[in-house]
Amino acid sequence: MNVVTPFEGIGASVKRKEDLRFLSGRGQYTDDINRPGQTYAYILRSPHAHARITGIDLAAAKAMPGVVAIFTGDDMQGIGGLPCGWQIHNKDGSPMAEPPHPVLAQGKVRFVGDAVAVVIAATKAQARDAAEAIEVAYEVLPAAATVEAAIAPGAAPVHDGIAGNVCYDWHIGDPAVNAAAFKTADKVVEFELVNNRLVPNAMEPRAAIGDYDPTTGEYTLYTTSQNPHVIRLLMGAFVLQLPEHKLRVVAPDVGGGFGSKIFHYAEEAIVTWAAGKIARPIKWTADRTESFITDAHGRDHVTKARLALDKDGKFLALHVQTLANMGAYLSTFATSVPTYLYATLLAGVYTTPTVYAEVKAVFTNTVPVDAYRGAGRPEATFLLERLVDVAAMETGIDKVEIRRRNFIPADAFPYQTPVALQYDSGDYQSTLDQALETSGWAGFEARRAEAKGRGRLRGIGISTYIEACGIAPSAVVGALGARAGLYEVGTIRVHPTGSVTVLTGTHSHGQGHETTLAQLVTDRLGVPLAQVDIVHGDTAKIPFGMGTYGSRSLAVGGSAMVKAMDKIVAKARRIAAHLMEASVEDVEFDRGTFRVAGTDKTKAWGEICLTAYVPHNYPIEEIEPGLEETAFYDPKNFTYPGGCHICEVEIDPDTGKVEVVNFTAVDDVGRVINPMIVEGQVQGGVAQGIGQALLETAVYDENGQLLSASFMDYQMPRADDLPPVSVATHTTLCTHNPLGVKGCGEVGAIGSPPAVINAVVDALKDYGVRHIEMPATPAKIWNIIHGGHRMAAE
Amino acid sequence: MPQVTLTVNGTSHTVEVEGRTLLVELLREKLRLTGTHVGCDTSQCGACVVHVDGDSVKSCTMLAVQADGAKITTIEGLAKADGTLHPMQEAFREYHALQCGFCTPGMVMSAIDLVQKHPDGLSEKEIREGLEGNLCRCTGYHNIVKAIAAAQDVMHGRRAELAPAAE
Repeated sequence: MNVVTPFEGIGASVKRKEDLRFLSGRGQYTDDINRPGQTYAYILRSPHAHARITGIDLAAAKAMPGVVAIFTGDDMQGIGGLPCGWQIHNKDGSPMAEPPHPVLAQGKVRFVGDAVAVVIAATKAQARDAAEAIEVAYEVLPAAATVEAAIAPGAAPVHDGIAGNVCYDWHIGDPAVNAAAFKTADKVVEFELVNNRLVPNAMEPRAAIGDYDPTTGEYTLYTTSQNPHVIRLLMGAFVLQLPEHKLRVVAPDVGGGFGSKIFHYAEEAIVTWAAGKIARPIKWTADRTESFITDAHGRDHVTKARLALDKDGKFLALHVQTLANMGAYLSTFATSVPTYLYATLLAGVYTTPTVYAEVKAVFTNTVPVDAYRGAGRPEATFLLERLVDVAAMETGIDKVEIRRRNFIPADAFPYQTPVALQYDSGDYQSTLDQALETSGWAGFEARRAEAKGRGRLRGIGISTYIEACGIAPSAVVGALGARAGLYEVGTIRVHPTGSVTVLTGTHSHGQGHETTLAQLVTDRLGVPLAQVDIVHGDTAKIPFGMGTYGSRSLAVGGSAMVKAMDKIVAKARRIAAHLMEASVEDVEFDRGTFRVAGTDKTKAWGEICLTAYVPHNYPIEEIEPGLEETAFYDPKNFTYPGGCHICEVEIDPDTGKVEVVNFTAVDDVGRVINPMIVEGQVQGGVAQGIGQALLETAVYDENGQLLSASFMDYQMPRADDLPPVSVATHTTLCTHNPLGVKGCGEVGAIGSPPAVINAVVDALKDYGVRHIEMPATPAKIWNIIHGGHRMAAE
Repeated sequence: MPQVTLTVNGTSHTVEVEGRTLLVELLREKLRLTGTHVGCDTSQCGACVVHVDGDSVKSCTMLAVQADGAKITTIEGLAKADGTLHPMQEAFREYHALQCGFCTPGMVMSAIDLVQKHPDGLSEKEIREGLEGNLCRCTGYHNIVKAIAAAQDVMHGRRAELAPAAE
């Protein structure tokens, strides 16, 4: 076996193992898979946001060429609805309202895009043609697209029997302590803001293939999922009542997720169930507009906040009231996003002694809303970091100084916040210092003056944030209402010649796990990277897993691998001790070599592996042959990545267009395994954050029609919308997982939006601007500069 | 049904298609060349870009019958027979210019055409503007721009080998 170069282990920017197949067109995404005898599904969807179905006439459609079968809600009566994975309780302790979420509409449609019927035909075009021949009679009902409209008196109920369209009215913190603290304040800053609704838009549209083998009774679902075992669990146990051993879920190469591919969607259940009915494979692939109107959206909060300060600018208390849009049905983890992933982060990086948050989740006639990159934490960060800037403006304290005065000090960890979380590590002053230095903060006013000379308005904005990743101890989340455990699983399969296959319950859909996770093995076992393969995304191959979201893959999945490697090393040391006739306590292992301590007696990794599988000279009474171990790792706490983002913008006053001219991100993501990949993750997250701040928004009209339902109407960031982004890390180690890692997938999208908006507000400081809602479009800014009345008058 | 004869990655094919069949459907479904992807239906995302007679074309926006007699190159046809990658493919790998890989084939095909049409070289700004027709949701484009800048030097013969990415 080759001696490992240290450059392939932890800390090395090794090139990605997965790239060759993607660059050669050899990726295998769901829509690239074709099964013998395959048919195609087209789903007929509601054109109305809210309507009663008074009749469906299938006669003409059934006679169309190529049609194999057509199913409606009537055919799926008795099939379970799509489950929600997290139960929230109201202030009074009662459980949230949890209306059924039928796979195909049962008598009523509740958003534009709700599935009404599925047509299965020999070709995709034939299925679509036949769907157009289905006659559905609707009685259109009043619809509410916004939280304000849905809770207004007299609003039509999205679900019968749910008063005021409120899913839950939840709170966290002590209201009495909070109110008392406000009474001692020298200054109270009040603020209202919206967190704009976003469409995740992974570049690969969702797709699913259902397959059924009548000879074994086994179902297979190929799907664009971030967590195939979770889909098997939810669909098997709650929707179709299929036992796990008869249901295989494969999530092959997946073209981006950003949260939107966590959830169990109706189409997965439809193609699986229908494949059983027709005993032929069925493929469904969304087109882009279908993705816009069926993929879970993100954000969509309306918030009022009050921050109490003393005369020195120290934060005394924070009170937050948020309305969160759930959409028409509860998506898989929707309910946890504005509660345990949002309100628990409202202490931020600050010592605010009391935080009280009230969150009302509201049903509307829109696409379900669920986790999107950051999930709750960007909403908390945007609120806090805008609020702190407004407080700085209104107290006259410098915006960097007010943050420094309120930071949790580096020697205060572990730090218990007033909203349940205990932060394990961080060093916010140093992270800030590094970002100020990198961004050239001190020289900004000269750049502002220079820009002014060119007729441009230049501004600078800062955001100092924290988030929570690596969700999370199962017992804790269970007590808070989660209906799943949140551990992770890793199997280390050492082959007789010493190469390694890793089976992981996490899933890679762009994160580069096939490289990063392999680096863990190389670093620990000394096996060259080329001899380590990572297998993920198939319930038939992987023992179990909870998948990839919330930046948990390394912190939880990597830790499971470490635990399994500990078992491998322990067993291998016993085999080595036997071969070297030494006591196991005396056998040391370091990257591929076993040594009797203090001697030159050694055994190489490969020899031990071969012995485990060819146990001729082997303590067979004491140790089983073979070298394969599995570990389940349940985290002890969340991890707490944090950082400082600084954005500089220039505004053209003639057009109102914002150009991001400098962006600096300094993030504490814990130990970095592959710096190249970490930088790429932050770059991508920042791009989505800048997109939210300046470009993207999902717009519904008052009737519940999604106006921004294509790439022509929803402004995705393009290459010339974005600046080069400076990315660096400032590391404090996570104290409670064996790798010291915190997670890097979401930091970019969490830290950046307030940095951008703070910069835009700063650039417009001469115009008396206190806040600009996202996205800060040219029209909004032009109106601020030139006066809204002029445009309105024209 | 109409018959279309076209050369794809050096191999001639004659296939029957419906009049409404798109070039991308012919490639993916008739020829099973699934490296070319479909990311939208409005010619916005560029995941489906291939070369038609040497020009980059969004294959979701061209009917298969319009490609009759054309020479098509897809992502599968870029590397040499011995597996040597095209300099643009190599640059994308070296500069970590891809994550999920879904936009990558179209991005690489667009980038090659962009570089070929600018023999005097492209600035960073020109590269960003030249990528207007391709969406990537993962990378923020930062590393794609760097990869294209590095690849153009090799494609135009200004460097024998790709400049390595900084650590």
